[in-house]
Amino acid sequence: MTIQKLLIANRGEIAVRIIRAARELGIATVQVYSKADKDSLAVRLADESIEIGPPQASKSYLNQATILAAARTTGADAIHPGYGFLAENAEFAAAVEAAGLIFVGPTAQSIRLMGDKVAAREAAAAAGVPTVPGSAGRLESADAAFALVEKTGFPVMIKAAAGGGGRGIRIARSAEEFHHLMPQAQAEALAAFGDGGLYVEKLIEGARHIEVQILGDGCDVIHCFERECSLQRRRQKVWEEAPSPSLTPAVRDELCSSAVALAKAVDYRGAGTLEYLYDDRSHEFYFLEMNTRIQVEHPVTEMVTGIDLVGEMIRIAGGEPLRISQDQVRVRGHSIEVRINAEDPAKGFLPCPGTISTLSVPEGEAVRFDSMLYQGYTVPPFYDSLLGKLIVHGEDRPSAIRRLERALAELSVEGLATTKPLHQALVRDPDVRAARFHTAWLEPWLETHAAALTTAEPSTTAKVAR
Amino acid sequence: MATQQIFSPLPGIFYRKPAPDKPDYKTDGDIIADSDTIGLIEVMKSFNEVKAGAAGKIVRFLAENEEAVMAGQPIAEIDV
Repeated sequence: MTIQKLLIANRGEIAVRIIRAARELGIATVQVYSKADKDSLAVRLADESIEIGPPQASKSYLNQATILAAARTTGADAIHPGYGFLAENAEFAAAVEAAGLIFVGPTAQSIRLMGDKVAAREAAAAAGVPTVPGSAGRLESADAAFALVEKTGFPVMIKAAAGGGGRGIRIARSAEEFHHLMPQAQAEALAAFGDGGLYVEKLIEGARHIEVQILGDGCDVIHCFERECSLQRRRQKVWEEAPSPSLTPAVRDELCSSAVALAKAVDYRGAGTLEYLYDDRSHEFYFLEMNTRIQVEHPVTEMVTGIDLVGEMIRIAGGEPLRISQDQVRVRGHSIEVRINAEDPAKGFLPCPGTISTLSVPEGEAVRFDSMLYQGYTVPPFYDSLLGKLIVHGEDRPSAIRRLERALAELSVEGLATTKPLHQALVRDPDVRAARFHTAWLEPWLETHAAALTTAEPSTTAKVAR
Repeated sequence: MATQQIFSPLPGIFYRKPAPDKPDYKTDGDIIADSDTIGLIEVMKSFNEVKAGAAGKIVRFLAENEEAVMAGQPIAEIDV
């Protein structure tokens, strides 16, 4: 069953990316939009568009019934959820299939399994994939918790089972601290969440974030190697690259094979990413979670492997088997992506919706700009701040860095503040150039380099109107 | 007594309560101080408090909970 008409249940740069991939496959596109997105680039580019509600995402991009009705009205036979919104909602994936449509992604069952932290951990362990040592489920007593940490060693994180977003986390560096903190954590969890259940997990300090891209057709699974996304602010990735500059070939093999083993164990279909923490001193990696969707940073993998991941996931959804065998996947050179967000790095990353008065997009060899921007576009305040992604490729990491520096100088987005000055400072930083970083590296760096983020950019900007 | 308005400092979604399961910050008829929070504006997934900016008594709210507002849009009317 091949797809004739694809509805894009998303917005922003990823909607544009999906429309382009579909068009190259000869598939017609339907773009849904909220009232606030009537003038979006995706709406302009799609073959058809249909309004699905007010600006609030809860009443538009998250409204399953309205999106399914839009698919019926327009005669779409498939829905691509992009990332965020309904992309990892098992109930939606099931509803799409129940309506007789194709969901461009895995089965509802896979989404549900990987969305459940405990079940995902168990699936990983069963497939022989290492996970962060700790409690597989919630611990009810301090004794059970202590028996566990005697095995994992210190430091450990004590987390409230009902918490989230970093709330209710305590770090114990010794048995003494643990005995002191555990009752506190339990009492606090009970008071704050009405649930005293806790998790305990070994704290991997100075770890890098490395993730493996996989593609499956429900039967066979291949990996497209890894990305490193250690530069993060508030758990949001700001700079991503492929391949990771910190893996040895032996560890890379082991890591990528483990991702394939886990995806195969769950008969995975579509594009997916397995996220890991990597300790470059011990060379140990630990499975964190699997994202059952396309990711923001997928282009760096496309740049080094030459595989159109979005195109492949649409083909697979249409019923084609994997067209690429593992030995055909090769990494060539190095790619870096930086996220251009509507945030002001000089003002604590304050979000900056507004109107794009001038836009100059970098061009030339091995430069790609995936964005939702055009000159005169007004960025609405209702959604996330990602405007676009600047992606470069080079024969090796140093040449990719030089190309990124050149491309950033050519990029001009005026009318609102963006994170471009952050990337201009990062690209010149000696630690970034030497890939000496980990997931907790950027935040202290931002404090010590606040001045670098407020200075005006060099005036070498080449202006190319487009 | 003069009536004046409190304006939204930012564009975004206006919320009258700190969390969905919490009561409204303020209701019609409440006496407020200028530093009191009367609501939140969600801009690009970040939440910003809206301060009263003047002491007085709330006559009525002009924006509803979860309404999309523009910067400079009046969100409440107060007697000062």
